[in-house]
This record gives sequence, structure tokens and C-alpha cells, in this order.
Amino acid sequence: MDFLILNEGFPLLSTIVFLPLAGALVLLFLPGENVQRIWAMAVTSVTAVISLPLYSRFDLTTAKYQFGEHVSWIPSLNINYTLGIDGISLLLVLLTTLIMPLCVLGSWTYIKTRIKEFMICLMIMETAMLGVFMALDFVLFYILWEAMLIPMYLLIGVWGGPRKIYASIKFFLYTLAGSVMLLVAIIALYLKNGSFSIPMMMGQDYSSTFQIWVFLAFFLAFAIKVPMFPFHTWLPAAHVEAPTAGSVILASILLKMGTYGFLRFCLPITPLATLTLGPYVLWMSVVAILYGGFTALAQSDMKKLIAYSSVGHMGFVTLGIFFLNKQGMEGAILQMINHGVTTGALFLCVGMMYERTHSREIADHSGIAQNLPIFVSFLTIFSLSSLAFPATNSFVGEFLVLAGAFSVNKIIAGAAIPGAILAAAYMMRLLQHVLFRGPGRPDLADLNIREIATLAPFLCFVFWIGLAPEPFLNVMHTSVEYLIQQVDVAKTAQIAMNIVP
Amino acid sequence: MLFAPELLMLIGSLVLFCLSLGQGKVNLARYASLVLAIASCFLSLATLQMSGNLFYDAYHIDTFSQLFKLAISIGLVIVLLFSGELKGVDDRLRPEYFLFMILSTLGLMMLVSSVELLTLFIALELSSYSLYLMVPMRDDHGGMKMQMEAAIKYILFGVVATGTMLYGMSFIFGMTGTTYFSELVPKMHELASTPTALLAIALFMSGFFYKLAVFPFHFWVPDVYQGASNATTAFIASVPKLGAVAILIRITTLVAPTGGEAVVNMLMILAVCSMFYGNLCALVQKDIKRMLGFSGISHAGFVLLGLLTLKDTGYATSMYYIAGYVVMNLACFLVICKVSKNGENVSIDDMSGLYKRAPILALTLLVGMMALAGIPPFVGFMGKFMLLTGALRDGHLALVILAALNTAIAIYYYLSVVRVAFCSPPEDRPDVPVDLTTRCVSIALIAVIIFMGVAPKQLLAFAETAVRNIF
Repeated sequence: MDFLILNEGFPLLSTIVFLPLAGALVLLFLPGENVQRIWAMAVTSVTAVISLPLYSRFDLTTAKYQFGEHVSWIPSLNINYTLGIDGISLLLVLLTTLIMPLCVLGSWTYIKTRIKEFMICLMIMETAMLGVFMALDFVLFYILWEAMLIPMYLLIGVWGGPRKIYASIKFFLYTLAGSVMLLVAIIALYLKNGSFSIPMMMGQDYSSTFQIWVFLAFFLAFAIKVPMFPFHTWLPAAHVEAPTAGSVILASILLKMGTYGFLRFCLPITPLATLTLGPYVLWMSVVAILYGGFTALAQSDMKKLIAYSSVGHMGFVTLGIFFLNKQGMEGAILQMINHGVTTGALFLCVGMMYERTHSREIADHSGIAQNLPIFVSFLTIFSLSSLAFPATNSFVGEFLVLAGAFSVNKIIAGAAIPGAILAAAYMMRLLQHVLFRGPGRPDLADLNIREIATLAPFLCFVFWIGLAPEPFLNVMHTSVEYLIQQVDVAKTAQIAMNIVP
Repeated sequence: MLFAPELLMLIGSLVLFCLSLGQGKVNLARYASLVLAIASCFLSLATLQMSGNLFYDAYHIDTFSQLFKLAISIGLVIVLLFSGELKGVDDRLRPEYFLFMILSTLGLMMLVSSVELLTLFIALELSSYSLYLMVPMRDDHGGMKMQMEAAIKYILFGVVATGTMLYGMSFIFGMTGTTYFSELVPKMHELASTPTALLAIALFMSGFFYKLAVFPFHFWVPDVYQGASNATTAFIASVPKLGAVAILIRITTLVAPTGGEAVVNMLMILAVCSMFYGNLCALVQKDIKRMLGFSGISHAGFVLLGLLTLKDTGYATSMYYIAGYVVMNLACFLVICKVSKNGENVSIDDMSGLYKRAPILALTLLVGMMALAGIPPFVGFMGKFMLLTGALRDGHLALVILAALNTAIAIYYYLSVVRVAFCSPPEDRPDVPVDLTTRCVSIALIAVIIFMGVAPKQLLAFAETAVRNIF
């Protein structure tokens, strides 16, 4: 247990994880739609507030898992309830807790039917997502990883758009089919180690064939979640049909679970396989970046455009991860947060317009800058952030990823560059239509206070990360260095193996 | 006291017999059987820690048997609670129906305690014959005589399976000269690797494969599930499977731990065939009971994964899994019974918009189906997970991968029911009235499904101690 710093006293992580679930149970008995909305808002906000001490009390000097909790759960199989966070998961946890109240706020009027059930689904999702980022036991992780499919399925299937049935089933089947082999890999790892503890599986001396099989099982599950080309086809469908809050959760948090999985499992548990198969993943990332960019360029539906842009952005994240150097990896983690902030905000923007026009077509929103100046200002800033304009958050992330890339492999890095240009192209095309084209829509009202309050926090983070990324990068230094060290150990061992005939 | 639960059921069935002689005692019979079932739950619970032999050692009481009796009684209580009004059963036959339901349960309770071949056979037949009679008691919908066809199929296949089983028993007796399990076990261990012993075991098992609906003894399943009334199907689909698993565990101990390789291979092939056959056939079903029938075949395959490890942990996992299966299956059948207005069959489309018509039933259906599909945090996942872990520990990698693939196939048809219930509009289907009892039973079932999935610790440990002291 030397990997875990146990939390003395108040079980902070458990409280954060289970507060939304408890809130959902209470919500079952609350009458009145406004009461239900306010309750959901209150619970998610309280969760966000009590998660802040995680940052302020976080120890920057250690790569161990902090705020740890460890309770025996099923002793006969050595399954434990183990929670803990390190520099990699801390920001994702905070991203989740902070974005959920904004999701509730963003669906205040968007959801008109069955508000109680909707909010319950959101809160169960929050519990599952937070648990995934904190779990240090593979069974706990897998349970939460799969359990979130049900509320997410309902979010899309019940409150979604016209093709919701197709989209929700595709989402569910794709994700589930990807993760069944993950389960087999988890059991195989357990039988090697005698424990489901994730940190104890790291740095073990598995044979390289075993590692490759385990890596492939991991990879399938996580690549579908990211989603990497060619496993991305569920994403546009799910994004387009999901209600706004569903899209935000999907884009901001669910996709991050894939890349988080790469960082937490693939790299430290199967380093040899990572070294062998990493180059292929890099090329897949480049393809994803270019494919996402080109496809986004051709969309006329705003949600689809943003969905395909996600494929490209997540390509940058996987690119940064699999270059296996510090800059690239920190850039990748920061880019995960950035994508959560920017794309979440963009989906909220589209949702707000959809409430007014009941359309997501770019053409239906031509020239609305004349009528909705506040909205368009927000949209412009988030679009600029999405294309990694300097002084916005994505610039820092993409810059770090590319800097890391160029120091290792100039060809792959060079191949990814057009992706950045494509991002500018499709976002500019969107902006051009919305800002300058067409007669405008005088019948539409500009954003109200609630909507401004929903978007304003995103704006803060766009500029905060863009101008002063140090507070965000600081927390991950130690953990990332430790992670790279874990991979390097395997690398040295591999070289030694090759020298000795 | 040792015999108390069975004795109670026996007296109860006599009372029910008297009630069935007169006219118009339906409600009395219904509540009498409910009281009986609940009382037998408590008696099983009270005798849980006892052990002893009865009837010249032909009948053995221990934690293992009492645990199964408890599960059987609970299953009966749930079935009686949600389908007590017997919507699909002929009015005049209802008191008799309850009589046979109780008799069948009595047979199953005796089955799990029998440790002598002939006792076992008699107990099995008592339970089976009652079931054979329950199937054709359904109303004749549209003059199709569907229930008759189902009953004939059920009895014919049943008789063949019983015959095969008797044939196997005769081999066992011929080889060992005894019918008592306590004497059989050491003798069979010596003979376990001989071809005759294997043949005998395989034939013996087939009688229970029939009950459990393992491929290739599954042919009765779809038609009986479809042809019998909803309440009968709910009963057949859940409670007898408990008894079958109990006896399969007993039979497996005859070969374990030595010379089990051929039996393991056989079980493995049957498991894989059951899983694939059940899941692939279920994909195209329109009638929800038929679909659950095929899904039951695939779940039977999963149960075999625990048996073929030939270890106590594996047996305990199988017990846990089948108990969980009964609960989740009953949750689904509860919804079917309630949605079916006059006891007619329910197609998947009839579930359309259920979340608007009866939210609590929709939730029960969601939990039941997702649990059957093996999505955490429900019991179905935990059971599958443990079974896969146990099988992989024994090195059956290919088997585990095939089983995992089956989980992925299965999700489609479970999801298609959930999809219809949650994503389709109800169109002009009427609301489903839900009374307080149903509401309570639904919530209780959901709670049990979640609780068993999240906290399996005590249950598993208890099952394992029960299995360890099986003789």
C-alpha cells in the first residue's frame, strides 16, 4: 500500500463521489419542477465546492495517490474499494465537478418533460464519472465505467432528437462491445497479480506477448471511448441527438475517460506493448486529426461540426500521450481539460440557439451577430479557443503537444500540422456564416442572465488557462514524470534484453 | 423440525386439495398458498443452520439444501405476489392451479435434500408432473390450442429426459451397487475416469440439463414459454432452475476432483453451445417470453461455467448466479404479467412507451433487463464477473473470451426491449394500473438486484460454506 497516501479523518473523495447519488435518491421524492431543478443545482454546486479542497490540499511533491481511501469489499477475490487521485486525475475530477452545475443550468429550460428523471440521470452520471477517475481498483473502475452507460443511454434515448433511438443504441452497443475484452484483460491481470489494485499491476514483469494482448484489449475499449478513427462513428450520431447537457457530458468528460485510460492503464501496466505499438497509435492519431478536420469542414449541422472537431482534438491528445515525453504528455492532459472547457461551451452555445430556432443548421443562423451580440461574442471566443488561437487555452495545450512531438519525430509532428490549419478553416467558416452572412434574425432574443451565467465560467477558464497555465501544469509535473519513468524502466529493460542475445 | 418446510407444504397441499373440491374458493386458495409460501420461507430460514439425516439416510438436511429451499420459497412468494390473480388461467381451474404450484414447489424442496437416487427421482417427478399439468391450464386464446401444444412438447421432452436420466442412474447403480450418494461418492471417484462412469454421469446430468434448459435439451423452452400462461412461465423460468443447479452441483461432486477432464470438456462444449444458441436465437424474437426463454438458455450456459471448475468456489458462484438469475428474471416477468391485460402474451412492441404508462414498471424492466445483460452494478454483472474469473483461473481462456463475446451479443436484444419501453411513444396503448403490492414487490426486486450486485461478500461466503459441507 505504499502507493497510496491514506486520507485521515473525513473521507473527502467518497463524499464527492456519492453526494450526487444521494442527491438523486432524495430527488426521487421531491415534488414540483422548479424545486427539482433547484435541488439538482444545489447538489451539483455543493459537490463542486467541496471538491475544491482537493486542489488546495494537493501535495505537488509526490507522485503517490492522495486523499486515499481503502476498504475491503469482496475479500475472497481481493477486491477493494480503493479511491485516490494523482496529478493526472485531479484536474479531470475538478473538470467533472465544475461542469456538472453548468450542465444543470444549461438544461434549465431546454428540458421540458420529465425534469426529475433527467436530473436523476445527470446526477447518477456524475457519481459514475467521478468514480471512474478516482477508482484505484480495477473492478470498481469497471463497474462504474459500465454503469454510466445506462443513464447516458437514457439521456440520449428519452430526451434526444429525432434519431435518438438509432444514436443511443449505437452508443451503447459500441461502448459495451469495446469493453467486454477489457474485462477479460482485467481478470487475466488479476490472475497474474492476485489483486485488482491498479497501482499494484503497474511495473510488473509481464511477458511481452501477454502485454501486447492486454494492451490490445485496453486499446479497443479506450479507443472507442476517445473515439479514435476508425472507431468514431458512434460519436457524431450520439452528439447530434443528445440533449445539450448530454452532449456536454459526452464531449467534456466521457471522451476524456478514453485518454485517461491510456494514461492510467496502457502506459504503466503494459509499457513494453506501448513501446512496440505506440508508433501505430501515433499514426492513427494523425489520421484522426486530419480526418476529423476534413469532415468537420464539410458539415452544415453545427453539432456535427463540433462533434467531428472533437475527433480531431482528441487526436492531438492521443498524439501527445504516445510520444511518451513530458511536454507531450502534459500538453495532452492540459488539452483534455481544454477540450472539455471549449467543446462543452460550444455545445452549450449550440443548445441555446437550438432552443430559439429549433435548428442546428449553420444556414439558419446566418448573420445573427446583428441581433444577438452577446451570444456571438461568446461563440467567437470559444471558436477561437477551439482553433487554438494564442492567448486561449487550447493554444497552450496544442503548443505543448506539438513541441513534444517535434522533439521526437518530426515526420509525424509535421503530418499533424495541417490539422491545426483545418481547425482554423472549419471554425472560421462557422463564424463567417454566423457573423457576416445573411439578413440576421430580428425575432430572436439575446442571451438572458442565466445563459450568460452558464457560459461565463467557461470564458474565465479559456483565458485563465490560455494566459497563466502554470497552476494547471504544476499539479501534473510529478505524476507525469513518474509515469514516464515507469515507461523508461521498461524501455531500458527492453534494450538490455536486445543486447543480451 | 428438520422436515418442517416440506411438511408444511405437504399439509398445505392437502388443504388446497380440499379447497379445490368445492366451487368459488379461488381467493381463499390464493391467500392460503401465499401464506404457505411465506411460512415456508421462515421455516427454511429457521432450519438454515441445522443438519441431519431422515428416512433411512435418503434425505439429508444441511445448509446447502436449506439455502436452496429458502431461495425456492422466496421465488414462489414473489411469483404468487405478482401473478396471484392468475389472469391467463381458466377460471374453474384456479384452485387446482395453486395446488399444483405448491406441489411442484414441494417436489423441488425435496429434490434439493435427496441424497439417494430413487428419492431424487421421485422428488423430481413430483415437481415435474405438477408443472406438466400447469401448462395446459391456460385460457384458450383464439382457439389456437397453443397451451396444449406446449404441454405436449413439455411432457414428451420431459419424459425422454427422465428416461435418459434413469438409464444413467441404472449404470451408476450397476457399477457401484448402491443408490446412496454418501456411498456413491468414494466409489465413483475411483471409477471416475472409466468410460462407463462418464457415460453414466452424462446421462444422469441430462435430466437436469433439461430442467435448466441447457443446449441440446432446450427444445421445449420457446414453445412452453410462449404457450403457458404468464404466471406459469414465470414459475417455470425461475424456481425449478434452482433445484436443477442444486442437483447438478451434487452430480458434479461425483467426479470432482479426479478424472473430471472429460466431464469438464463436456460441460464446456454445452456451455458454449448454450450461450451462442440462446443469444443468437433471442436476437430475432418478437414475443418477449420467447426471448426470455432463449436468454434463459444462454444463462444456463453461464451457470455451467461455475460447475466446470469443479471447485467449491465455482459451485458457490453458480449458486450465487442462479439465485441472481431468478431475481432478475422475476423482475422481468413481473412487468410482463402486469402489462398483459388479460393474460395474453406480450410482444416486445407492447412495451412501447412504458415509461409513460407505468414508470415504476419501466424502471423494473430496465433494471431487470440490464441485470440480465450483465451491466454493473447489478447482480448479473457480478455473477458473470465471478464466473469468468473462476473459469479463467482454471485456464479456460478460449471459453472466457467466447463468454465475453456473448455478453456483447446479448446486450442487443435486452437493449431493444429497454429501447421500446423508454424511447418509443406509447401511441394509443393504455396506462398500466399498478397496485401497491406490485409497487412494493418491484422496489424490493430492484433493491435486491442492486444489493446482491454491490455487496456479494456475505452471500458468496455463505454459499461457499454451504457447498464445502455438502456431504
